[in-house]
Amino acid sequence: MTSRREFLASAGLAAGTIALASRQIEAAELRSPILTASTEPDPAVKVLLLEALTAAKLAGASWADARVQRQRRQNLGTREQQVTNVLDTDTIGCGVRVLVDGTWGFSATRQLTAEGVARAARQAVALARANRVARDRQVTLAPSPVHANASWKSSYTVDPWSIPVEEKVALLLRANAEAMKVRNIRFVNSSLSFVKEERSYANSEGSMVAQDVVRSWVTMSSTAISDDRTEVAVRGPEVVQPMGRGWEYVLEANIVGNAPLWAEQAREKLTAKPVEVGRYDLILHPSQLFLTIHESIGHPTELDRAMGYEANYAGTSFIAPPDDVLGKLRLGPDHLTIRGDRSQPNALATIGYDDDGVQPDEFDIVKNGVFWDYQTTREQAEWLRPWYEQNGMPVRSHGCSYAQSWSDVAFQRMPNVSIVPDQQVDRTWDDLIAATDRGIAMIGRASYSIDQQRYNAQFGAQVCYEVRGGKIVGQLKDVAYVMRTSEFWNAIDLIGGKSSYELGGTFNDGKGQPGQSNAVSHGCPPCRFRDVNVLNTGRAL
Amino acid sequence: MKRLIDEPIILSRSECEGIVARALRANTADACRVTVNSSYDTNVRFADNQMSTSGISDDASVSITSFVGKRNATVLTNDITDAGLQRAVAQAEALARLAPEDPEQMPELGAQEYAAVPGAWSDRTATLSAAERARAALTALERARGTADLTVAGFITCSASARAIGNSAGLFAFHRSTSANYTLTIRTRDGTGSSWSGADDPDWARIDFGAMAERTVAKSRASRDPQALEPGRYAVIFEPQATADLVGAVRGSFNARASEEGRTAMSKPGGGTKLGERIVDPRVSFVSDPADPQLLTAPFDGDGLPLQRELWVKDGVLQQLAYDRFWAARNGVRPTGNGGGFKMLGGETSLDAMIANAERAILVTRLWYLRPVNARTLVYTGLTRDGTFLVENGRIARSIKNFRFNDSPLILLNNLDALGPSVRTENGSVFPPLKAREFNFTSLSDAV
Repeated sequence: MTSRREFLASAGLAAGTIALASRQIEAAELRSPILTASTEPDPAVKVLLLEALTAAKLAGASWADARVQRQRRQNLGTREQQVTNVLDTDTIGCGVRVLVDGTWGFSATRQLTAEGVARAARQAVALARANRVARDRQVTLAPSPVHANASWKSSYTVDPWSIPVEEKVALLLRANAEAMKVRNIRFVNSSLSFVKEERSYANSEGSMVAQDVVRSWVTMSSTAISDDRTEVAVRGPEVVQPMGRGWEYVLEANIVGNAPLWAEQAREKLTAKPVEVGRYDLILHPSQLFLTIHESIGHPTELDRAMGYEANYAGTSFIAPPDDVLGKLRLGPDHLTIRGDRSQPNALATIGYDDDGVQPDEFDIVKNGVFWDYQTTREQAEWLRPWYEQNGMPVRSHGCSYAQSWSDVAFQRMPNVSIVPDQQVDRTWDDLIAATDRGIAMIGRASYSIDQQRYNAQFGAQVCYEVRGGKIVGQLKDVAYVMRTSEFWNAIDLIGGKSSYELGGTFNDGKGQPGQSNAVSHGCPPCRFRDVNVLNTGRAL
Repeated sequence: MKRLIDEPIILSRSECEGIVARALRANTADACRVTVNSSYDTNVRFADNQMSTSGISDDASVSITSFVGKRNATVLTNDITDAGLQRAVAQAEALARLAPEDPEQMPELGAQEYAAVPGAWSDRTATLSAAERARAALTALERARGTADLTVAGFITCSASARAIGNSAGLFAFHRSTSANYTLTIRTRDGTGSSWSGADDPDWARIDFGAMAERTVAKSRASRDPQALEPGRYAVIFEPQATADLVGAVRGSFNARASEEGRTAMSKPGGGTKLGERIVDPRVSFVSDPADPQLLTAPFDGDGLPLQRELWVKDGVLQQLAYDRFWAARNGVRPTGNGGGFKMLGGETSLDAMIANAERAILVTRLWYLRPVNARTLVYTGLTRDGTFLVENGRIARSIKNFRFNDSPLILLNNLDALGPSVRTENGSVFPPLKAREFNFTSLSDAV
C-alpha cells in the first residue's frame, strides 16, 4: 500500500485547505462560460481527491474512489405572459466510496477541506466495518484499465450559462404568445432546465478523470378549454426531447415556430372521439416509444434488479435469473436488436468515463430478438463471468455506474438503450401509416405505469390519431394501451429506417434508496406493433 | 474543528440566524429572503440476505431570493462562507435585474408567530451509530438467513434536518426535525411470494424492528402461489400504505387557482369550483396541521407564511381550497399556504375487523407505480404489490395475482364502507386503512 506521502508526491501536489478557484472567478463574470472546454481537473480538486483516497487507505480500505462534483442547475418557468420562476442552484461536495474486506462504505461531505474529505473517508471505512456483519459474497471488481489523466466533454457548443436569463425568458414568452393565439387555448406553461456538472473522479488504482457535462430541456404545455367549459385538453409538457446538448439545441427546437402546431393539437383534442375498447395496430412515434423501451426493456435488464438488489423499492425483473435467460429468452422477432451504449452523440446518458472510472462500451441487450446481456458495473460484471467466458466475450463492465451528485453513492444506472433501425428498408412515419388499415398512431409521452417485475404496463400518449385505410382520420381521446412485455415486443412487425431515427429521453429517472435521478435517452425509429390491447380511460365522477 | 465520526453536522438556530444576518448584510436589493437548509442523512441498505450499500452525507445550502422592484430571482449555493454568501447575493441580485417583471410578486412578510411543533426532533435518531443501524437490519437479516425459503431486502434511513427562513423585513422562522424510516421486503426463494412493511417515526426507538420482521415473514409465506382472479370491480380493503398511495393524490387538486381555472377535480364542469359541495362519503375528512402529533412538519411555508390547521374536507364536504398569498389577496381571502403535511382522519374499524366483516374483498398491502390518467377525474393507474389476498367469509382465503387498476380516489371515497385508525406512513403523511366497494381492477399482472 502506498503511504500518504508517496501518494501525494506521486501526483506532485501538496495538501491543505483549499478554496475552489473556479467558483470564485465566475461570480464576477456572470455572462461568461463557467469553464472552458478544457476539462483538466482543477489542481485544488486533485489535491482533495488524493487526500480522500489516502485517508481511506490509511483507515484500512483495500480500494477507494472519490468524486468531487459541482452541479449547477438553472430552472426558468413561465405561464402565459409572465415569469413564474428564476432559480439558479450551485452545489459542490465530495463523496468517498471504499471497500473494506469486500464490503462497501460511502460518505459524503460539503466540507471541501483536507480535514473534511479525510473525515468522510474515515466515516466510509467505519460504515463498511459496521456492515461487515452480514456479508456472504465479497465484492470483487472486474478489471478496468487505469485512466491516469483523462478528460471528456459532452457535445454542447453553447454553454447555457453564457446566455442571459432575459434572453431565455423572452424566448419562452414569445412561444407562449404564439400558442395563446390559437382559439380555445386558455393557459400555456413553459420552462427551461439546464444542468451543468463538473465531475472529477479518482480511484486508488490511479485513475484521475475530469468531465464536463451539460444537459438541456425545454417544456411547453398548451391547455385548451371548450367554450362551454366542460372539456379540457392538454398538449405537452414534453413536446421537445431533453438532450445532452447546450443552448444551441434550445434554439434548434424552434418552440416559437412550433407553438401554434402544439396548441392546435390541444384544441383538436377537445372534440376527439372517445376510443372504442379493442385491439388495434399501433404506430408509435419515437417521442412515445422511447418511454416504452425505457420501462419494459431498460429497467428489467439492469443486473442489480435481476439479482434482487432493488427488491425493496423499484422491484426485481422478469428477465431473471441470468442463467435461465441469457441467450435463451426470446423478447422479439429476429429483426429486433436493442443496444446499450453511453456513446451516442447528444444522448443524455452519454459520458466518457463512468463513476467506476470505466470507459463504457456498446453492447447488445437484445440480439436478433433474443436476450443477450445485462447493464453492468465493475462489481456486477464479475457476476456474469461464466456467461462472458463461455461466449468469448471480455469480462468487463459496460460502464453503467452513476451517482446523481457528490452526496450519493454510485450504483448501476441505465445507459442509453436504443432500437437499431431497419438496415434494409428506410421506412418513415408516413410509410407506417400508409401501410396500416386499422390502427392508432401515437405521439408524445403521457401517463405510464409498469409493475415491479416489468410484465404488465399501461401507456398513454399526448396525441392519438385514428388510422383508417392507410390515412389519419382524426384524433381519439382516453386512449391507453395495455401490454404484456414479451408479447408486445414479439408483436413488432415494422421497424422504421435510419432516416426516421430519433432520440427521446427523460431528465429524471428514479431508482435506488435513497432515491437517485438519472438522465437517459432512447433512440428508435417509429415502429408498428400488431393487435395490441387498447383501453378507454374515461370516467365520470 | 474535529468532529466525532457519528456526530451529526446540523446547523443550530443561532448558526442559522448568523447565516441569515451575514447574507442580509450583503443585500443591496429592495428586499431579500434567505432560506437555510441543513441536513445529515445516514442509511443502510440490504438485499439478497446481505448488506449492500450504506452511506452518510452532510449538506447545508442557502438560497437567496432578491427582489428588485417587481423583479425577483433565486440563487442556491452550498458554500456558506462569507465569500460564498456574498457571491450568492450578488448573483441573485444580478439575475433579478435581468428577469422580467413578475406581476404576482408579493411584498415580503414581516416578523410572524409560529406554532410550536414539539416532538419533531429526537436526539436518539440524530446521533444513531452505524453499528446500531446494522443491528436493526440484522433483526430481519438473521431471521431470513436462518431459513431456506426467504430472502430479504430493506432500507433504513435516518435524517436530521434544520430549515430556517429570514428576510429583510424582519421575519425569522426556524424548524428542525428528525425522521427514521424503515422499509422491508421479504420474498420467497421460489419467486412466488412477496410482502412489504414500512414504518416512519421522528424517534428511532419507537420503530419495532423485530415485530415488523415477524409480521413480514408470516405475510411473505402466506403470499406464495398466488391464483389469478378475473379483472373487474371488487370490494377492497386497503392497508394504510395503499390508502396513502392513492388517496394522497387528492391533496394536489385542492389548489384554488388551478381549480378555478377548470384544471382539477375540484373544478365544476361549466365553471366554478366544488367548494361547499359534498365530494366524498360523509365519514371522510382531510386536514393539514404542522403541530398534529402524527404530522410534525415545519410550521411555515416557503415564504415564511405561518401554517395552521386547515380542514380541507369536513364530513365529506369541500370546506377550503389552498391559496398562496397572491391568489388569496386577489380573491380577498386568507392565504393557507401549501405545507403542513396531509392527514386523512380515521375511523374505529380495525383492519382485522374489516377482514372479519367482509364477505368477499381484495386485501391490498400497497400500490405501485401510480400515474395520473386524467386530472379532472383524478383517475390514476397503478398496480397492487407485495401481498394481495382474496378475503372470503371473514377470512383470508388465498393469495392472488396482482392487478392493475384504473380508478379515482374520489370514486373510491364515495364507495366507502369502513375506516380504521390513521397511521403515519411517512414524514408528513397520515392515512387510515379502509374498506370500499367496486374498485376498478382492469388487468392482471404476473409480477411478484
